[in-house]
Amino acid sequence: MAHVAVSPPGSVVGEGPPPALERPDFQIVPRAGLPIVAVVLVLLIVGVASNELWPLTFLHVVGGAAWTIIDLFLGFVLGPIMGKLSIPARVEFTTRLMPKMVLIMPTVVTVTLVAGWQLSTHLGTNLTVNPLHGWVVASFIVVGVMAVIALGLLEPANIAVLTELKKPQPNPAVIERLMKRFIYTAGATGLMQVATLVIMTKLASG
Amino acid sequence: MNERKLPPVTQLGMLSLGLVLVAGIYLSAHLPQHVSLGPAVALLAASALVFVGNLLALSRVQGFPWRRLFEVGRWALLAYMVIAGLIEYVFLRNHTSGGPLVVLTLSLIVFAVNVPVLIGFTVARYD
Repeated sequence: MAHVAVSPPGSVVGEGPPPALERPDFQIVPRAGLPIVAVVLVLLIVGVASNELWPLTFLHVVGGAAWTIIDLFLGFVLGPIMGKLSIPARVEFTTRLMPKMVLIMPTVVTVTLVAGWQLSTHLGTNLTVNPLHGWVVASFIVVGVMAVIALGLLEPANIAVLTELKKPQPNPAVIERLMKRFIYTAGATGLMQVATLVIMTKLASG
Repeated sequence: MNERKLPPVTQLGMLSLGLVLVAGIYLSAHLPQHVSLGPAVALLAASALVFVGNLLALSRVQGFPWRRLFEVGRWALLAYMVIAGLIEYVFLRNHTSGGPLVVLTLSLIVFAVNVPVLIGFTVARYD
């Protein structure tokens, strides 16, 4: 894999040449992952079209579990670790992790929501007369708040930091600022995932 | 860091996104039963207005790298159109029709164009 140099933050003109950081070459959207995403989305379409309980439950539970676990792990485990890493280590970690997130997160979120709606229709929990309807609406609200945070702050920061790292002369201050935004918003959505766990376990246990 | 004076594009984008998501949640909370469209239409209109206002405010910024915004935004638009299409599909699958379908479709369009602008803007502002 090709490597290019990045100047670390705090390097001042006139103090001599800044030490070069190793920056692995990467694709902002890993093209190798696109066929996998396509297969998952086709499975989702087939699952919804079939309207069978098992495929819908499978898609919703697998997608939802991945979404919840990734958010919690990123927000409370990886995020704080990334914040304490040295700049070169953080750059290397970012260029390896974040392109994967560009594909994984929108895919698991779409699978969870679409399969979830169909499952809810199949089970009748989206009917206002259903005793669990309030919990279903609560899950919509939690997802809505998470979506605004993730789509408005987290996803743009993810793409922007990768675009910055692709530049011949990336600005370390921009990377630092965007990474902070990414880590804080991941923590916020991680916290909201606890509410999702409460709601989903209540829905599953009736 | 070299900073341009910019309008609050991210904040307004999140407001627009929030309004259209509330419209979607309102409709989803009532479907497939009868749902009064008034609140959803009002939220959708408010979201669209904020979105257009956001673009107008950004268009007044001298020297903003629009080329960069479109370069990133068009791929994001493709991705979010696929996502919006899948959400639309699940509602069509369950025979949503008439007014609720129109409002849902327009809400999904506002959603699908909002996110690429937010992503494109965040990238372009540091160009």
